[in-house]
Amino acid sequence: MSFLREISSLKKNMFLSEKDVLLRLVAQIEAEIQQGERKNYNEVLDLSSGDLHRGGIKPITFVRQVLAACFYPALLKDDSLPLDVKERADDLLRQCEGGSVGSYTDLCGIAKIKHSVSKFITRRDGGVPSSPENIFITSGSQMALMFLLKLMIQSKVPCQTGVLIPVPTYASFTLALEDHGAAIIPYYLCEEQCWTLQVEELRRALHEGRRTCNPVALYICNPGNPTGHIQSRKSIEEVIRFAAEEKLFLLADEVYQSCVYGEDTEFESYKKVLSEMGSTISSTVELASFNSASKGFMGECGLRGGYMELVNLDPAVKEYTRILFSTRSCPPVGGQIALDLMADPPKPGDPSFPTFSEEVQSIKNMMRKNACRIQEVFGELPGISCQPLKAGFFVFPCLHFPPRALKWAKKRQMKPDMLYCLQLLEETGLHVRPGCEYGQRKDSHHIRLLVATHEDIMEDALQRLKTFHMRFMKEFS
Amino acid sequence: MTENGCEYRERVLTMDTMNPNIKRVEYAVRGPIVQRAVQIERELKMGVNKPFTEVIKANIGDCHAMGQRPITFFRQVLALCSYPDLLEDSKFPEDAKSRAHRILQACGGGSLGAYSTSQGIEMIRQDVARYIERRDGGIACDPDNIYLSTGASDAIVTMLKLLVLGEGMSRTGVMISIPQYPLYSAALAELGAVQISYYLDEDNCWSLDINELSRALQEAKKHCIPRALCIINPGNPTGQVQSRQCIEDVIRFAATENLFLMADEVYQDNVYADGCKFYSFKKVLSEMGPEYSEKVELASFHSTSKCYMGECGFRGGYMEVVNLDPEVKVQLTKLVSVRLCPPVPGQALLDVVVNPPQPDEPSYGTFIKERSETLATLAEKASMTQEILNQVPGIKCNPVQGAMYTFPRIHLPPKAILEAKEKGQSPDMFYCMKLLEEKGICLVPGSGFGQRDGTYHFRMTILPPKEKLKIVLDKIKEFHQQFTDQYS
Repeated sequence: MSFLREISSLKKNMFLSEKDVLLRLVAQIEAEIQQGERKNYNEVLDLSSGDLHRGGIKPITFVRQVLAACFYPALLKDDSLPLDVKERADDLLRQCEGGSVGSYTDLCGIAKIKHSVSKFITRRDGGVPSSPENIFITSGSQMALMFLLKLMIQSKVPCQTGVLIPVPTYASFTLALEDHGAAIIPYYLCEEQCWTLQVEELRRALHEGRRTCNPVALYICNPGNPTGHIQSRKSIEEVIRFAAEEKLFLLADEVYQSCVYGEDTEFESYKKVLSEMGSTISSTVELASFNSASKGFMGECGLRGGYMELVNLDPAVKEYTRILFSTRSCPPVGGQIALDLMADPPKPGDPSFPTFSEEVQSIKNMMRKNACRIQEVFGELPGISCQPLKAGFFVFPCLHFPPRALKWAKKRQMKPDMLYCLQLLEETGLHVRPGCEYGQRKDSHHIRLLVATHEDIMEDALQRLKTFHMRFMKEFS
Repeated sequence: MTENGCEYRERVLTMDTMNPNIKRVEYAVRGPIVQRAVQIERELKMGVNKPFTEVIKANIGDCHAMGQRPITFFRQVLALCSYPDLLEDSKFPEDAKSRAHRILQACGGGSLGAYSTSQGIEMIRQDVARYIERRDGGIACDPDNIYLSTGASDAIVTMLKLLVLGEGMSRTGVMISIPQYPLYSAALAELGAVQISYYLDEDNCWSLDINELSRALQEAKKHCIPRALCIINPGNPTGQVQSRQCIEDVIRFAATENLFLMADEVYQDNVYADGCKFYSFKKVLSEMGPEYSEKVELASFHSTSKCYMGECGFRGGYMEVVNLDPEVKVQLTKLVSVRLCPPVPGQALLDVVVNPPQPDEPSYGTFIKERSETLATLAEKASMTQEILNQVPGIKCNPVQGAMYTFPRIHLPPKAILEAKEKGQSPDMFYCMKLLEEKGICLVPGSGFGQRDGTYHFRMTILPPKEKLKIVLDKIKEFHQQFTDQYS
């Protein structure tokens, strides 16, 4: 598993904090700017992480008003807050013991909120039933994923438990898998075909994986991170059939489901497709779907609100899932409130609806415009290309390095895309992440940048990238 | 075979294929007795006739659930942070606004909704470090040694993860008191670590005896490698507050035996008894000469869930690590990055807790009043609890020196013990279930926390409002008499 070794050693050298060489450079540059030592730009432009608010997008007003009223119920008597805000806050406070958000809640989340979430899921899936009993709320969806991994992974048996994961995939997930002692079985997404998932590749990976470990689960990210790919219904069916045949537990990470902006593109959930596939499959394939308040238009990453829905789980095992939750007390109340508002937002006729829908629409428009602009700009540049942008927060363009550039990187003993990112940051102040952090096919190179940002910021970033890229290509051609 | 003749697909995840460690995880505080209590509440709502009109839940250390009021100032700051438009609202005091403003400036995009770094917002870690320095009389604290967490539990489990390794005879052993807060036993079971139990001395106010620590350790060395020693001070469920001498002895023991010290200090403001004082492990360690202060590895834990704040739902907490190997610290930082970041509202709350209103600030008066009242009420209830329970023949209650619980010893007649065993229940579970069914009071049996063989206890919180607590205590008194009569 050379990919695993690569990621592991990368993680040792530069993971998400002070050891990260790009972040260190950011800190250095920012210090220099403060001291007036920088010439060609006066601030670092950070498009490196999937954080809407950090990127300058304002939180949804309704969400923050409800949160404030829940935290400080004296506001319920305030004239300044809209009626529906007060009603919702009041309703939520009734669900809390002692009427306070400071109380512990039920381990797997407040019952009323799980109810809202299950109704949301049913609406989303055109009527497919969803039971609150199968909803588990956690401190961010990654936590839910980790609970499941804990249940599934046995490190003591003769064979290590294996999980199939896509390449490219986001970095902290790989870290989590390692942390839990899982063997990682990479399957490569097909870049030339818009990053689709091909069953033959799944088959190849599984076959390979079976030689050294015991594969039990198949992880899919749809819409994808960092690729932004969105699976067709047919593709989802193929994957489900594959999981049924090969006896794999499906882990469907769908946190970007409400961030779909491509034309004629629609998100279909694994749950929905599964339910429409005939009883042999629909009643037996084990599926966990994940969603969160961190992505989509809410972008409330810091509140830590996520959930998983479990389908066809063994009831005895489900009981142990609950017990596992007990060692973590309960999910943070702020995150639970955010989930409730995500699942049950203002409706037409509600006082907050006009503002709410305007805010949501403006984020959607922003994404579409950014996607268009990116394709335009990349279209004009040599040596950089990207697949059509349909969903998610990022773009993952491919860099086609001239041979001289590759030699230069080899001499510096660094991955070419990492070196590109360092130079880009140094020369233009634009911070993006290198493809080597996510995994990619051998000898291919990428960068990942945030698309979910203000149009002005996007334009600024694209100009900086363009300037740098032209110079870079010229120098190494 | 399914109905249409297709082969039935066996599940991937079954009790047989599940991680076997998980089967050993138990957590009594929210276990079967609580589930039954919830069921009874539902029955009451549906109008089923019972010998009581409400279930009083004295099982979990949840202050607000039992009527304790949140501190106004904290909630004001949190509201301002959540919805910054309120910074223009004249109804909020200036000191709350200035704190909210300062916190928001430290958040990405000025929002509680942005990810923070995994270790926690730097400004807040600095504030926590200063708080610790003030608390410990000026002893230096490095913000880099502070890790903010999702409640103290998160940090405790993270440290245990770091400490637990090896196989078979060389598997990590972790020392924990009996009785203990069952998060520890659950986490150790989940991690497949070896639990090394050391008994607290019930006859001496649940104090810690170094000889007992030694005994437990020597015994454990035969089948594992002891690496860590956990101590809860003030204690849960026992409520004892360790003397300074005792803390020094524990530190010396840890030094001699090369053990990593884990000091769970979440109840540090909950000290009631005369002559008792909270001494932080960090302070005592720092004052013990370099052969200890520069060597002994320590992690101290604190949270916003207990004390006078009682803000469990926010999941705010931190740990301070001392004398950690730099390489291990790197691994620790990596480990916490896996869960991305602690909830930012909890981090913000922690910041206000360590930066409360000062005497010259507008909110000071109200703040002090609220804090004193809450702590004074808890002290009164602690006193009342031990007094009333000790009046009951067959119940013996050690002084509730601190924390939020009482863990009295109950004498059970042999007939009751027999009936319990026939039912396959531990005798104190049998007792507590009956108490629940007959009086509507929910406590947690001592077996959930650990106790010496042949002894029985229950853990009750002292959190219900005073009048209700009196009722609870009287009902327990009644019940115990009836129970003893019934089974004599």
